[in-house]
Order: sequence, then structure tokens, then C-alpha cells
Amino acid sequence: MTEQNPILDMRGIHKRFTGVVALKDVKFRLFPGEVHALMGENGAGKSTLIKVLTGVHDINEGTVTMEGKQLAISSPLEAQEAGITTVYQEVNLCTNLSVAENIFIGREPRRFGRILWKEMNRRAEQLLAERLNVSIDVTLPLASYSVAVQQLVAIARALNISAKVLILDEPTSSLDANEVRELFTVMRKLKEQGLAILFVTHFLDQVYEISDRISILRGGEFVGEYLAAELPRIDLVLKMIGKDLHLLAELPKSGSKEESRNGEAFLQASSLGRKGAIEPYDLNIARGEIIGFAGLLGSGRTESARLLFGADRADAGELTVEGTGGKIDSPRQAIRQGIAFCSENRKTEGIIADLTVRENIVLALQASRGWFRTISRKRQDEIADEYIKALNINPKNPEQLIKNLSGGNQQKVLLARWLLMEPKLLILDEPTRGIDIGAKAEIQKLVLALSRKGMSVLFISSELEEVLRVSDRIAVLRDRHLVKMMTAEEMSHENVMKAIAGG
Amino acid sequence: MFKRQYLPILVTVGLFVLVFLAGSFRYTGFFSLQVLTNLLIDNAFLLIVAVGMTFVIVSGGIDLSVGSMVALTTMLSATLVEQQGWPPSVVIPLVLAFGCLYGFGMGAIIHYFNIQPFIVTLAGMFLARGLCYIISINTITINDSFYKDMAMTKIQLPGGSFVSISVIIALAVVLLALYLAHYTRFGRNTYAIGGSEQSALLMGLPVARTKMLVYAFSGFCSALGGVVFTFYMLSGYGLHAVGLELDAIAAVVIGGTLLTGGVGYVAGTFFGVLILGVIQTIINFEGTLSSWWTKIVIGVLLFLFIILQRVINVRASKMKVI
Ligand SMILES: Nc1ncnc2c1ncn2[C@@H]1O[C@H](COP(=O)(O)OP(=O)(O)OP(=O)(O)O)[C@@H](O)[C@H]1O
Ligand SMILES: [Mg+2]
Repeated sequence: MTEQNPILDMRGIHKRFTGVVALKDVKFRLFPGEVHALMGENGAGKSTLIKVLTGVHDINEGTVTMEGKQLAISSPLEAQEAGITTVYQEVNLCTNLSVAENIFIGREPRRFGRILWKEMNRRAEQLLAERLNVSIDVTLPLASYSVAVQQLVAIARALNISAKVLILDEPTSSLDANEVRELFTVMRKLKEQGLAILFVTHFLDQVYEISDRISILRGGEFVGEYLAAELPRIDLVLKMIGKDLHLLAELPKSGSKEESRNGEAFLQASSLGRKGAIEPYDLNIARGEIIGFAGLLGSGRTESARLLFGADRADAGELTVEGTGGKIDSPRQAIRQGIAFCSENRKTEGIIADLTVRENIVLALQASRGWFRTISRKRQDEIADEYIKALNINPKNPEQLIKNLSGGNQQKVLLARWLLMEPKLLILDEPTRGIDIGAKAEIQKLVLALSRKGMSVLFISSELEEVLRVSDRIAVLRDRHLVKMMTAEEMSHENVMKAIAGG
Repeated sequence: MFKRQYLPILVTVGLFVLVFLAGSFRYTGFFSLQVLTNLLIDNAFLLIVAVGMTFVIVSGGIDLSVGSMVALTTMLSATLVEQQGWPPSVVIPLVLAFGCLYGFGMGAIIHYFNIQPFIVTLAGMFLARGLCYIISINTITINDSFYKDMAMTKIQLPGGSFVSISVIIALAVVLLALYLAHYTRFGRNTYAIGGSEQSALLMGLPVARTKMLVYAFSGFCSALGGVVFTFYMLSGYGLHAVGLELDAIAAVVIGGTLLTGGVGYVAGTFFGVLILGVIQTIINFEGTLSSWWTKIVIGVLLFLFIILQRVINVRASKMKVI
């Protein structure tokens, strides 16, 4: 890659929100034909940098030049017109519209102002199939698809806009390995065509696989810009968190967990299933056991978990909780039996945007006690402080509105809500989605610690390493079947991959 | 292929057919084309107003000013034509433009000051109603020949029935709105904003313009509804169309449009209005029942439809495809 002129050059960028300085004298350059990774912990300011660039927020100070000309962008529409297209961190689409519309809205194929629906649907199908290898019914509302598919649709939308700069803020957080591979193939192709790509992720492997250059932010300040080939992993991590990281090393390896539990069963599912969602499966969870769910997108991981929680009604099989028997057919019943579910879909099923961090944390606990036995304000503050510290939630202010937190920090709050409940069985669906490596290790530690105290956990994640690290046993799902139950002895990266692939 | 998102509208159509057939079995002379066309004649103005309301509700808003706007239009038309002697060819375009502008203004306030549509259009409602009484506190009867012609002209249909010119106007508005909603960017942007305004903004859609246009369109529809209402009543009066906004909202909701925005159908609104009309007709045929029974039936229907929508919604959110 030759040193040409940057296509995009941001200098001296400052951004203040009330009470928080999100960006302090940050610079960022982007060259044509490169993939540039923007790295930093949760709350470092990555998304904010992207939002000031694309006119979602205005800049307090600083200049943005594109192709030598100074830019003043004040809305996402203007950014698009200037040739910058963005996939924001939170999937930002309209789930009431069809898949095809979400890809094309604003640029629908038209004749004399009349939208050509057939043409649009055809093109959407083609785009998804050829570029991302997804074949779905594009005329259904987007709401009928999972977050992962929604993320792919958001990417497809961005790809369809012919732009000079493509920004992807954590596009891979809910994708499985296959989907990520497809995405990277597309990104390489675009790069060859001279597109400049800004890429944000918390997965180090992905950074080194795809990017040419890395810029690092820490606490809203610019740390440096490096060529990926010249920056060793350990240095990258060091620069991101500003100190040495032994967290990951401290984690007990899977299988090495002491036999603290007595093997007493907590939950037993026999031939539990639901037509169209998941084929009947058997599952036993002992007290204090952590069961990992591994499988590709659409393999039925979330669906099987929803049956256990009563969020969907099983149409076959039986579910026994601590020997009480019978079906759980509503989340209310599940909660009463001590089961909690932390959803992957934090935006629609998780956070309450206009409440504070403290209120969001105590919400489920308060609800479970009934509204007449309120938790004292003092106790609430204690709880909030405890979890803000334990999960390193930033900023450390329990009275901040949760919508003002960075994506990763919102996820931590949501997790705190369920951990606080200390349920007997905690179902975690992609709990570390969008969470930086430091906090990820913290969460894994916390989950292990709770399981040692007797809490059972069902841990769903697309990230195999993580599942392997925390689980006592792993259930592998493929095409809506539970295909294999692996014991600690059988569990290895290779074996799980094989089972997922159907070898 | 059957799409479950069309279920609410099928229910609406089905209900209309059912009520109509029930009426036909019970009353002699009910099952005729003329009863059907009378439904349209008597409800043409409501249909026009409800179409505008559909766009507003789909965009996630509400417009409470439509009833007052209808009254103000009848008042303006009456005073300009009768007392000032202006020709209808000037007055009608003028009141329509006024309606547009009024709506546009409310839309601008809603968007730029970020105030709830409920409050802004509530203020708009009081303001328009108040303006009627500034013009006059009495009824102004219209004797202008053009208005009379519009009121009297009957367009013969095969089979001996007829419709009024207002019906033609209303049907034209419905067709135009169907096209706007489903085949233009303006329409699709309206649905997008109703789905999620934040997302629409991030997708680079012209949110400000679309929102203002939606209220302008509703203002236009209520002014046009007012013109048609003037043909119907041949007078201007400050107490015309009191509570019409609520009938319009009811028709829209019964037509399958979600009050939360993002989902809705112009065609549904058409049948929503017909259902309201047919209930009124049945109560007229019954003869002994007070017309307040209409309100009771509408109330019950509204409950049922909102519950139905809820059920469909909950079902749909559980039916993830992947
Ligand atoms: N609208 C807002 N009001 C107040 N503070 C905000 C607002 N938006 C962001 N912040 C703060 O700015 C900081 C940077 O947030 P940002 O979303 O850019 O982080 P990030 O690097 O993208 O993190 P993540 O990896 O979790 O996505 C955070 O401390 C956040 O709380
Ligand atoms: Mg972010």
C-alpha cells in the first residue's frame, strides 16, 4: 500500500456531551483501498467518532476534510450524499418494513416517481444472495428475522450505496463464523475497488485478518495509528487498556473446575420441541452446571432457549423443574421457578432507554418483589455501585441515562440486571456481544463464580472460544436439531467445529 | 401467497360484509345497491378526512385538528361566497391551500420544537374552532348556485342507483392515497418514520420534510372534507363536525392501522369508514333505537380491534423466521 493522500482526514476533533467529554483532540485518517480498524475499550469513543463524522451529532471543534475539501456534514443524509455510508452499531433499520425496502428505501428503483416493487424485490434477493450468501424471503417484514439477519440486511443496505467510504461499527458482533467469512470476502473485494473501509470490532482475530491499519482510542483520546503488520497483538491490547492485562490468563480453564456440585438435576427437558423452531431435544441441567450452546446462525440456539423460558410454547415434550414437573408455558412461570433470560436483542427486549443505569439494573429485582415492596434508595445505590464496579461500567455514574452509554456498556447493564437476580438458572443469549476483551473476561469470571455458588447457566454464544472456556458441557445445534451433547472430555475446538459443520 | 400482515385488513373487510349481510337478512330493502351508495354519500367527508388521518397515524402521530378544520372550512367557504361574493372557483382552491398550510405549520412545530403531536394538534383544534366563531356565531346558509349544483347532482349508476359528486371526489382521494402510500417515496418514508424515526434519520431519509408533508396532507384532506361537507350541508357553522376527529381515528383503527405507527392501510380505512356507516344505517333501519347506539357499537368494535391487533402483534413477534 503506497502512501497516497488520505481520502478522509479528521483533525483536532472534540466532542462534549453534558457532563462527559467523549472525544478529546482526536485525529483519524482513512486511505482509499484500505481497511482501517478503529479500536478501543467500551466507551472509548469509537461510535461517537463515527457519529460526529456522519452528522448524527455535531462536532464541537475540529475539521473534517474529504478528498482535500473541507466538509460540514449536519445529517446522515448529507453524509450519504458526500459518499460516506454507515452501518451503525445498533442495527438501525425499520423492522415494520420488508427486507427489500430496508435495503432500498430512499433509493428505490422508480419509473416516473412510481416505485417498482418487483424490480426492488428482485434486486434485493440478488444482492443478498450474491454478496452475502443469504437467501431469505425479502418481502416479509424485517421484524420476522433475528438480529443476525437484520445485521446482514443493514450491511447489504450499505453495500448497495455506491460510496467512497464505508463505515462498519461492530458489524460482526452477532454473526457466526460463516457469515463473518462472507462479509470479509465482500470487504476485500470492495477494498480492491478502491473503497476506504472503517471497521470497528472487539475481536482481535478479525482485526488482524482483515485490516491494514489500526487506530486506537482510549478514554476519548487518540493513542496512535499503526500498520497492522507492525503492531503485535499484546501491544494492541496494552495500548487499548493502558495497562497490562492478565485477566484472560487468570481464567480457570474449562474442565479444571473443581467438582463443587453434587450433580443434582435442576431442569430436565425431554423431547421438548416446537414445530418450525426446534426439533424435539433432550437436555438435563444440573445445579451449578454451565451448558454452552454452540451452532451457526439460525441453528435454533435461541429458539430452544426460549422454550425453556416459556417465551414460546413448546408443542411437544416435557419440562421438569426440580422434580415439580409440567410445562413452563409463560415467562412468568419460568421466573417463579427461578429462571432468568438475558436476551440477545437488547434494543427491543432489554434496556429502557429513558431510565437511568441504576433503574435499569434494579428493574427485574424490583418487579420480582412486586411494586409494593420497594427496594430502598440506599440499597439501590449500593447495588448499582457494586455492579458498576464489578463489570466496569463506564461512565461510573449510576444516574446517567442508559441511552447515553456506549453499546458495550449498555450490554453490561443488562447483564447486571439478571446477575443481580441470582436466579437458579440463568439463560444468557450472546451476553458478550459488543463487549471489549477486558470486560468479556470479567463477565466470564463472574459467570463461573456464580455457577460455583450453585447457579446453573445456559450460555449461548457465537464465539466458540468463549463457549469452550466457560462451559462444563456443550450442546451443538445444527439446522434446528440438537445434534450432539459434548462432555468436558470431548470438548475441543476441533470437535465442536466438526459437529457444527456436520462432519 | 397469504401474508399474515394482511390479516387485520381481511378481518375488517370480513366484518363489513358480515354486518351488511346481517342487515340484509333482517330488514327488507336493506340489500340494495342504493343502501351501499348511500353509505358513501353520507360518509364521503369522513372518508376523505380519515384518509389523511391514516397517513398521520402511520407516521406515528395523531391529528386532532381535523374536525375543527372541517368546520373552519365550511365557515370560510360560506362567508367568502355568501358575504364577500367571491366565486367558488377562487374560494375552493383558497380553502384547500389554507388547510395544507395549517397542517404544514403544525407539522413544522411538531418536528422542530420536538413537541408531541397530540398537544400541537389539540392546540390546532381549539384554534380552528375558535376562528369559526370569529367569523360568525351563527349558521351561514349557502345559496350559491355552484354549491347547490354540487349538492343536487346525481350521477346515475346502472341498476337505478346513484352517487353524488362528493362520492367521486372521495373515491379519487382514496385512489390517490393508495398510490401515495404504496408507490411513492413519500409514502414509504412515512411508514419508515412510523416504524422508527431514529432509524429513518440514520438511514438518511428526509424525516423533517416527510413529517411536515404528512400533516400538510392531513390538513389538505380535512379542508377537502370540509368542502365536501359544505356541499352536503349547504351551510357554514362553527358547530359542524364536532367530534369528527374521533370518528376518523376510530375508522382508521378499525381499518387495521396501528396507533403506534408504522403499520396501516388506506384500503383498511376505506372499510373502516364503511363499517361505521353501515352500523349507523342499521340503527336507522331499526327505527326505534336511539342513534347513540352507534357510539356504543363503535366503542365495542374499537375494543375488539385493538385487542385483535395486540394478539396478532404478539403472535407475529413470536414467529421469527430465522
Ligand atoms: N448522547 C450522549 N450523551 C452523553 N454521553 C454520551 C452520549 N453518547 C455517548 N456518550 C458517552 O461517550 C462515551 C463514548 O461512547 P461511544 O459510544 O463512542 O463508545 P464506543 O467506543 O463506541 O464503545 P463500545 O465499544 O461500547 O461501542 C461514553 O462514555 C458514553 O457514555
Ligand atoms: Mg460503539
